[in-house]
Amino acid sequence: MTQPALTSAQELPEGLRGAVADWSSDQRAFKKVPWYKAMMWIFLLSDTFIFSCFLISYMTVRASTTEPWPNPSEVFALTLWGHNIPLILIAIMTFVLISSSGTMVLAVNYGYRKDRVKTFVFLLLTAVLGATFVGMQAFEWTKLIIEGVRPWSNPMGAAQFGSSFFMITGFHGTHVSIGVIFLLIVAAKVLRGDLDHERPGFLTGRKGNYEIVETMGLYWHFVDLVWVFIFALFYLW
Amino acid sequence: MAHAEGQHVAHAAAQQKAHVEGQQHPIGIYLKIWGWLFVLSTASYLVDYFHVQGYLRWFLILTFMLLKAGLIVAVFMHMLWERLALVYAILVPPLLLLVLLAIGAFEADYTFLTRGTFFGATSEVSPKH
Repeated sequence: MTQPALTSAQELPEGLRGAVADWSSDQRAFKKVPWYKAMMWIFLLSDTFIFSCFLISYMTVRASTTEPWPNPSEVFALTLWGHNIPLILIAIMTFVLISSSGTMVLAVNYGYRKDRVKTFVFLLLTAVLGATFVGMQAFEWTKLIIEGVRPWSNPMGAAQFGSSFFMITGFHGTHVSIGVIFLLIVAAKVLRGDLDHERPGFLTGRKGNYEIVETMGLYWHFVDLVWVFIFALFYLW
Repeated sequence: MAHAEGQHVAHAAAQQKAHVEGQQHPIGIYLKIWGWLFVLSTASYLVDYFHVQGYLRWFLILTFMLLKAGLIVAVFMHMLWERLALVYAILVPPLLLLVLLAIGAFEADYTFLTRGTFFGATSEVSPKH
């Protein structure tokens, strides 16, 4: 059997006609992307549904409770330099995560330029910012637990506040933590030159190349993307 | 048939190109988007800081949220430059969530009403026993 031919980039039609042609081409539907990048997108799609289920359940319990919902602006306030600043911890966490997304795109960009050292530095910086975020989240959890917030009750109001909070931020924090671990793995591969020399990966045995940095980046940006929704719908609403 | 031959030649070319088909763009656009994300995050924080309330608050929060999400997906995740076959495969299915959202909203509304009737009005309804 011959391999199914891949149509060259010049022949591929663009726009809506291109989408129809790609899907009906009797070849791989996702052209011009490495297969694992397409698969990462499909994984992220499934993850979108998971987080959406959490956020929609949160909406449902918050809208159906007859008790007052605790005011996140006050719950997450911190006293800094003698001033009580509302929601400041969450604001800092947001900026940390956005910065880490910024360093991640730079890592991807330098990766495609085959700049080994800069890619490594930016990946490491992304991991450090991610770890900072998780650290601040641990601080936030500790603070709330000390104040008596539990998944089944809390002193500020509706009991559903605690269950939504721990479920949503816990799942997000887990994603960030896993991301940090994989960032460190990819950073180590970059530094060793595995990607430059196309050494096979220890798990998949596929040849190393700089496209895996972009796939890693997709996951990381998704984590930031989820935070955008959590920040708006849970903390600001 | 000439078409098929052309495909074979193109096949070799595609394999050659396979190594350079990654998303490469000038750094400037990333820095610009990074800046915008900071501005939008600050703006949504200020909504809370200045205690904007009511419909204006919800409108601003949702607008900033959608703008940030759009910028991240379009530029940082490169959706702007992907082929439509992939873009549609990823971005269309989440629209189904609107159905779940609507079901959740109806359900919550009904639960709230029932809770109000059963728990809220105890003083008005005299116990039967």
